[in-house]
Amino acid sequence: MSEHLLSVKDLHTSFTTDNGEVHAVNGISFNLDAGKVLGIVGESGSGKSVTAYSIMQILAENGQITGGSVEYKGQDITKWSKKQMAGFRGKCCSIIFQDPMTSLNPVFSIGNQLEEAIRLHTDKNHKEARARAIELLTLVGVNEPAKRVKQYPFELSGGMRQRVMIAMALACEPDILIADEPTTALDVTIQAQILELMQELQKKLGMAIIMVTHDLGVIATMCDEIIVMYGGRVCERGTADAIFYEPAHEYTKGLLRSIPNVNNSKERLVPIAGNPINLLNMPSGCAFCARCDKAMKICLEQVPQERWVGKDHLASCWLNDLALKEKAEKMQAAGSSNAEILRETGWTKDADGAWIYTAETVQK
Amino acid sequence: MSNEYLIEVEHLKQYFPVRTGFAKTTPLKAVDDISFAIKPGETLGLVGESGCGKTTVGRTLLQLYKPTGGRVKYEGKTIFDAGDVPELDAEGKPIIGANGKPVLSKPVSVNMLPYRKKMQMVFQDPYSSLNPRMTVEDIIGEPLDVHKLYANKAERREKILRLMELVGLNAEHATRYAHEFSGGQRQRIGIARALAVDPRFIVCDEPVSALDVSIQAQVVNMFEDLQHKLGVAYLFIAHDLLVVNHISDRIAVMYLGKMMELADADDLMNSPIHPYTQSLLSAVPMPDPKIARQRKRIVLEGDVPSPLKAPSGCPFRTRCPYATEQCAAERPQLTDRGNGHMVACWNK
Repeated sequence: MSEHLLSVKDLHTSFTTDNGEVHAVNGISFNLDAGKVLGIVGESGSGKSVTAYSIMQILAENGQITGGSVEYKGQDITKWSKKQMAGFRGKCCSIIFQDPMTSLNPVFSIGNQLEEAIRLHTDKNHKEARARAIELLTLVGVNEPAKRVKQYPFELSGGMRQRVMIAMALACEPDILIADEPTTALDVTIQAQILELMQELQKKLGMAIIMVTHDLGVIATMCDEIIVMYGGRVCERGTADAIFYEPAHEYTKGLLRSIPNVNNSKERLVPIAGNPINLLNMPSGCAFCARCDKAMKICLEQVPQERWVGKDHLASCWLNDLALKEKAEKMQAAGSSNAEILRETGWTKDADGAWIYTAETVQK
Repeated sequence: MSNEYLIEVEHLKQYFPVRTGFAKTTPLKAVDDISFAIKPGETLGLVGESGCGKTTVGRTLLQLYKPTGGRVKYEGKTIFDAGDVPELDAEGKPIIGANGKPVLSKPVSVNMLPYRKKMQMVFQDPYSSLNPRMTVEDIIGEPLDVHKLYANKAERREKILRLMELVGLNAEHATRYAHEFSGGQRQRIGIARALAVDPRFIVCDEPVSALDVSIQAQVVNMFEDLQHKLGVAYLFIAHDLLVVNHISDRIAVMYLGKMMELADADDLMNSPIHPYTQSLLSAVPMPDPKIARQRKRIVLEGDVPSPLKAPSGCPFRTRCPYATEQCAAERPQLTDRGNGHMVACWNK
């Protein structure tokens, strides 16, 4: 099996608060390969940012990874020391945040802050670092970079600040760039500039990008693969086309129905009923069941498992589970061989005649 | 005077003095000579980038700020006039006075209190626009108190409960405080407060921007339902073009305090004429991977200039791919390109 650049397996992250333990991320798994753009989409409180912070291990003090692993080139970085992690951040994986104003230090010049990142990870001296800073600013399309390095964050516009943030993240040419809502604070025209820039840089430098956002438009524009999150769990993951054109989870379907697009301007939007989930008060079954039109009894009681619903397409919804099982039973009635049923649906009968699900076979 | 329009805004100006040096102020032209009209029961969408003055238009229109110039009419009656609007004759040409200059209107400033009953506002941030020390009942009841719209306590309560039902809140919510509600519900409280006085016109300033995607649709639908039920007109200010397109009958596009284009929503979305509108529309990320992959984005160079140093002539000329000398010399006016599609551009 080929090694993935980053492989997150059954990651759990929780925060200790006065009101109890908040399980912000509940068993997230995904793989990221070099040169790919992965989108993580979800509402506020869905755990998408916490997933990103868990990979970088930059959680708030009351938060910690409680289970699972994050493997970078085959090594589990959740077991790494603080010193090893300091080397990981910046050099292997960088992050850009939503608000460029609060993530830049207002009392240091742009050049100063860029140099800091460069000198921390390389043995360049002050002069070389300054030259590299100017080179980076040129790369991200900041005009007059030699003049800009002497300026302070307040002297720059929002779009320029975000470019500086990207330059800083790219300082040591990381393999992975995590972008946490990178354009949410920006206007559409500036957003287009930044997205264009990220796509360009990704092609030029061949890095992988994890795009964390709530904006389905940005996701559709940028991403090869998409993870849809709700209540700290993965609802559905697959290629961009699979998620947008063949959504298999009720939450994804609802989300796509509820946003206005060019075609439905005269139709009524179909909102998702109810309110976003309270992580302190998680249901024992599917996180989305309280807002789902098609919720069944089993949805309230048991957490649905991920099932293959298509090529490179997984969803965690009991409806798919039942549909696949039904298909398996029908195929059996029609006289299909066990191997065939297994390949098509993932279900097979064991020696006692009970149905069991084996994901691995469908995957291949 | 025709009463075809509910709200008419002519040559509205709003300048804010900004200190640019010792004992020196420069006017920041947040809104510079904007004219539009809204019919009863119609939704006019107002879009533009941050800092283009769209919020100021809404606030100035309701006279939350005193306008620097221009005229505002409600049902044909002038409710504000700064005295700088040229009077027009029957053919729509300026009347020239004895001194050879156009005759200007007379300044008018009326007591706005009666008009506050007709014109209301819903604010962007449902977290800071509701008083945390008041119960929902008091928040919604306050406009009723101000305008004395009830005979006794029982009637007040009945009105409040009816309003809460209208926006989809339960009666038991009445005694709760704003912090006990989610963002979407808070926005419902803000809307119920605006509706309390039975207005004909509501300025909605980014009412869904702070809400989660799944909740946005609920609130957008509610705005549409209320319009059907109550026949209220909206000025819907937002930066999300897809949401604005969904809710609006017509859309106006602003840039640096000036209006660039004003047209029917479909017309504007499908065949924008102004280069700024074209680039703005092409920059909207479409929630559809196939469209997104095919589309060629018109990416504008640079940032929006500071409104303190707005370019001469057409404000967009510094970023416009079609700019000519004429654009720098003279400011283009909004002209009708057919079917009420108004564009302010020399070249298109």
